[in-house]
Amino acid sequence: MNDNLFVVFVTMALINNFILVKFLGLCPFFGISKNIGNAVSMGIAVTLVMVIGSAITWLINHLVLIPYEIRYMNIVMFILVIAVMVQIVEMVIKRTNLTLYNALGIYLPLITTNCAVLGIALINDTGDYSFWTSLVAALGAGAGFSLVLIIMSGIRERLDTADVPKAMKGLPIAFMVAVLLSLAFIGFGGIV
Amino acid sequence: MRTARFWKELTKGIIVSNPVFVLALGLCPSLAVSGNLDNALGMSAGVLFVLLCSNIIISAIRKLVPNMVRIPVYIVIIATFVTIIGLVFQAYVPSLYESLGIYLSLIVVNCIILGRAEAFASRNGIVYSIADALGASIGFMLALVIIAFFRQILGTGGLSIFGFDLFTLPVLGDHPMLFFILPPGAFLVIGLLLALFKHTGVLKE
Repeated sequence: MNDNLFVVFVTMALINNFILVKFLGLCPFFGISKNIGNAVSMGIAVTLVMVIGSAITWLINHLVLIPYEIRYMNIVMFILVIAVMVQIVEMVIKRTNLTLYNALGIYLPLITTNCAVLGIALINDTGDYSFWTSLVAALGAGAGFSLVLIIMSGIRERLDTADVPKAMKGLPIAFMVAVLLSLAFIGFGGIV
Repeated sequence: MRTARFWKELTKGIIVSNPVFVLALGLCPSLAVSGNLDNALGMSAGVLFVLLCSNIIISAIRKLVPNMVRIPVYIVIIATFVTIIGLVFQAYVPSLYESLGIYLSLIVVNCIILGRAEAFASRNGIVYSIADALGASIGFMLALVIIAFFRQILGTGGLSIFGFDLFTLPVLGDHPMLFFILPPGAFLVIGLLLALFKHTGVLKE
């Protein structure tokens, strides 16, 4: 089982990259990735919420929803857990590290409506992953998410000074960058 | 006067503030399920149902919900309708349910729905909220169908809808460009469409 965890991590981070292959968490990808500092903070925050969220949703799923045969309630339960958890993470960060809290700013509450967080909970559920596999899958997905967010922000910092055709300025050129990145990530398909 | 406002709220979501092409909301599903027309239409039907029902309920209870807890209340209402549509799809169109996968459940975090709830239904009456929901859903469907149209034609060389083959192009049918079905093709088609709309200015008032 141990060697499989590495495969799960690589699959989630590179082959099924959340942003470029599964299209989850695109709002921060296009909205926030304009400077590297913010991208790093956002990546860390989302990864943190994804890992803790996977642990809690796994426990709820296996201790409450499955024994009482109310699995169809999973969406309602998961979104509530995520919303509550984002609030708690926000409060904890505010009390312990004010600098980090200010750096993350408005992005923290927005994590609730990030498809990546609910996405990993649902993928763990539909895939019937074990507890540790869920955690590693969340960690891998978060790492892949952060990686792409940081790459994109680096490229977009340079795009600001580039001479882009008028019609392509802003979102369209960001999509073109995403095409090339996505094509590169498709290439990881054969490694496992 | 009332009818005039009804139509105004309905049409604004379709072109002037099209959720996908103008507001860039709900990008995740529009990229993920626009590989063929079946998925695009199925997803649009799901969004239409959830948006319509949640707008009606949220508009009806807008004076009862305390301001502090309104977002969690909205999310639970939306999640309930997503669960309902998920069970309906699973029961009556299982193949569509399979191919939409987790993206059907992810309607719950679709920014369009929470956005309309927060920006419109929580401030306006039920009738106008219905118009608003219909407009935004039609705009979403239009965007998804346009994207899926190009991706399916280029990626498979023909067009088919729910099992009916509409046509197959002569050369492209034998040598389809698989690229457009793959994820990068989705980014390319949306990016080019956005650039085209910006260049021609058709989405401006």
